[in-house]
Amino acid sequence: MPQLGSFTLLLGLALSVYAFVAGLLAIVYHDDRLSETARRAGIAVFLAVTAASAILVYAAFHNDFSVAYILHHSNRALPAPYKFAALWSGQEGSLLFWCWLLAAYALVLRLRHRVDTRLVAHASVVISAVQIFFLSLVNFAAHPFALVAGTIPADGNGLNPLLQYPEMVIHPPMLYLGYVGMTVPFCFALAALIMKYPGEKWIHITRRWTMVGWLFLTCGIFLGSYWAYRVLGWGGWWGWDPVENASLLPWLTGTAFLHSVMMQEKRGMMKVWNMWLIFSTFLLAIFGTFLTRSGVVSSVHAFAESDIGPYFVVFMALTISVCAFFFVRNRSHLASEHKLESLVSRESSFLFNNVLLLVAAFAVLWGTLFPVLSEWVTGHKVTVGPPFFNKVNIPIALCLLLLTAVGPLLAWRKTSVESLRRNFLGPALIALAVAVALAIGGMRPWVDISYFYALMTIMLSVLVAATIGSEFIRGGLVIARHNQSNLFHGMWLLTRRNTRRYGGYIVHLGVIVTMIGFAGVAFYQNTEQELGFGDKMSIGPYTLVCRSYTQDDKPNYSSEWAILDIYKNGKQITTMYPEQRFYKASGQPATIVANRSTIMEDLYLVYTGKNPENGHPIIKAHLNPLVWWIWAGAHLILIGTIIALVPNLQARRVKPSPSQPAPGRAIDLAESRAPVGARN
Amino acid sequence: MNMARNLLSTWAVLLLAASAVLLMGASGDRTSQRFDRLGHNLMCECGCNQILLECNHVGCTYSEQMRQELKLALDQGDSDDVILAGFVAKYGPTVLAAPTTTGFNRVAWIMPVVIFIAGLTAVVLVVRAWKRRPPAPPSDTAGRTSAELDEFRRRARQETSL
Repeated sequence: MPQLGSFTLLLGLALSVYAFVAGLLAIVYHDDRLSETARRAGIAVFLAVTAASAILVYAAFHNDFSVAYILHHSNRALPAPYKFAALWSGQEGSLLFWCWLLAAYALVLRLRHRVDTRLVAHASVVISAVQIFFLSLVNFAAHPFALVAGTIPADGNGLNPLLQYPEMVIHPPMLYLGYVGMTVPFCFALAALIMKYPGEKWIHITRRWTMVGWLFLTCGIFLGSYWAYRVLGWGGWWGWDPVENASLLPWLTGTAFLHSVMMQEKRGMMKVWNMWLIFSTFLLAIFGTFLTRSGVVSSVHAFAESDIGPYFVVFMALTISVCAFFFVRNRSHLASEHKLESLVSRESSFLFNNVLLLVAAFAVLWGTLFPVLSEWVTGHKVTVGPPFFNKVNIPIALCLLLLTAVGPLLAWRKTSVESLRRNFLGPALIALAVAVALAIGGMRPWVDISYFYALMTIMLSVLVAATIGSEFIRGGLVIARHNQSNLFHGMWLLTRRNTRRYGGYIVHLGVIVTMIGFAGVAFYQNTEQELGFGDKMSIGPYTLVCRSYTQDDKPNYSSEWAILDIYKNGKQITTMYPEQRFYKASGQPATIVANRSTIMEDLYLVYTGKNPENGHPIIKAHLNPLVWWIWAGAHLILIGTIIALVPNLQARRVKPSPSQPAPGRAIDLAESRAPVGARN
Repeated sequence: MNMARNLLSTWAVLLLAASAVLLMGASGDRTSQRFDRLGHNLMCECGCNQILLECNHVGCTYSEQMRQELKLALDQGDSDDVILAGFVAKYGPTVLAAPTTTGFNRVAWIMPVVIFIAGLTAVVLVVRAWKRRPPAPPSDTAGRTSAELDEFRRRARQETSL
């Protein structure tokens, strides 16, 4: 079977090369038949890479330890779901998984070629080039079917215990779907630049594909956060680790693009900027992969150090060169169609939004790479950890929140003073009132810097919620009055008629709910204590009583855990079981956190070890306020993005008046009008 | 226009006041708070890349010892600078969780600010340039002039007005 796997990988590479060369020749010589063969070869790449992936999974399920990758990432006692997850748990397998996802995206792109045959033909050539790179990696640099030299061991080394959690079965695929998904908008953007695509259709296609990639990337980032919180047992959900940062970089530039693209679609502006944002997003996704896999920066999440780094450097250099070449050659095609009329306009708010997002991306990239730069310049390595990233990025995030509040109130082109005053004053007063109430309630910003951040975050979040809420209510009331229905039905119809805009607002609501969750960090507390039978420990309003502690032995691991009765205000509310496991194959320990999550706070218990003298468990208890809000916000962001991807409900058609020319298509009223209440 | 300026400047003042509070920082905190704050500004040296107070590796040989050293230094009444310098002397500069504000490390802090200012300046310059220049003809208006499209937008606004 490994030989068959190697063959399918070579076949996939050969087909990719054909799809690239034939596709290129077909474009140069305008040969439709050749173009069709290239498209079909591209589709066949998916079949070849699917076969290779299936063979690796088959090897994992059949404990074929003659394959080095299976030997290093699986063992006989490993449960079936984790054997499947072994596909993306190591360097070689995850690269193969990357190839498969890329082939799947390319398949969808090629199957939907009738959207615009010429544009897809160009995009197909670009995606073939990317496929050639990744398939070359798995064929020549990180072969997943490499065989074990000498005697084949009876059992494998097992999967890293930190990866043996249900969240880890879905987190990497989501993240990879996001990373790889950014390839498709890149291909369309570069294709449009190469062929000087007439019109704006390409930007609509690119925007939708970017939203798909962004959706998966967001999902992957939050799942990773959730995994870190529930599995790593340190009580936090984001550590500003280089690999975490790597996932944030394309997310930030992708977010910037999803905002500035509206200027291109509605006003024909920012074409050059958007083109480079898409290029940057793709390059940062590749750069993130390079960071994770090359060993350039040290990280707990990184794959084992390997020599594939130079391949990525060459690929990124080539990509930048190709993008720069075609940009210089065809930049006249990207001229802006309109000019900016006022600083107080939706357009300028998007400009500031983009600056803030890109400064945040730069700060994250800079902080991630500074240790390498410092070592290169001074010969000494330094650490750039959470204190740096928090100090730099929290003020930027607060400014972004302020823009999120003001942005929806600004109309395209120009906003009148009267409408801005009318719409901003109410939400601003509500936000200030909340801030004063919180300060009186004990959140004194002058006591601690973290209290100040928390107060500002909550105040600005309330401001955003109030402005968005007023947008929904005003629009919903208009429709409800017109249809003689209730407000909620009005808001529902409003959202259906302009899914992109109101889906976007729901995403913003998700962001502020998440931000409120982040604000809870200021009030985290923890304590650690050894607990014998009947011993008590207290944290916040909770009292933990050790009822017992015990141990167990299973084929894959042995474990020990404590049984703790939890009391709140003198009344027992639950029993919790913090656990520690020792995985036999890898010889590594891992914690299983016991967490009781409520809307106000999480009681988070970690079994940190036991006293060797008396066997008593040592329990670390964390009381983390508002964590629930982070995951709730993530759900809202995903729901909002999905809504924004859904096509609009059929819009009313405008009856042409006798004196006016009839439009050729329906005008989406909700999309075309200025923000409610922001009219001039 | 004045009202808009007032509103925006109110928020700007709030943010500036907030920044002032940030710069002042916390002062006069108790030993437990200092332990928490300093412990979050130090890294565990076991190779886990985690903040000292957040390292939870089973059997970590460094974190417990380093926490004890921090407690001892606080009990002795050492200042923050002396404590951090002691840790750097013992474990090297990587023990600090963020670059210092001396020597080449200053560049780490300065660059994001420089980029932020450059970005804002660029936006202002771009806005000025855009306001001055005449618009290029649209590449695809499906056979309609800009004036016609503007008229459609005007009618759409009119028909959906409150």
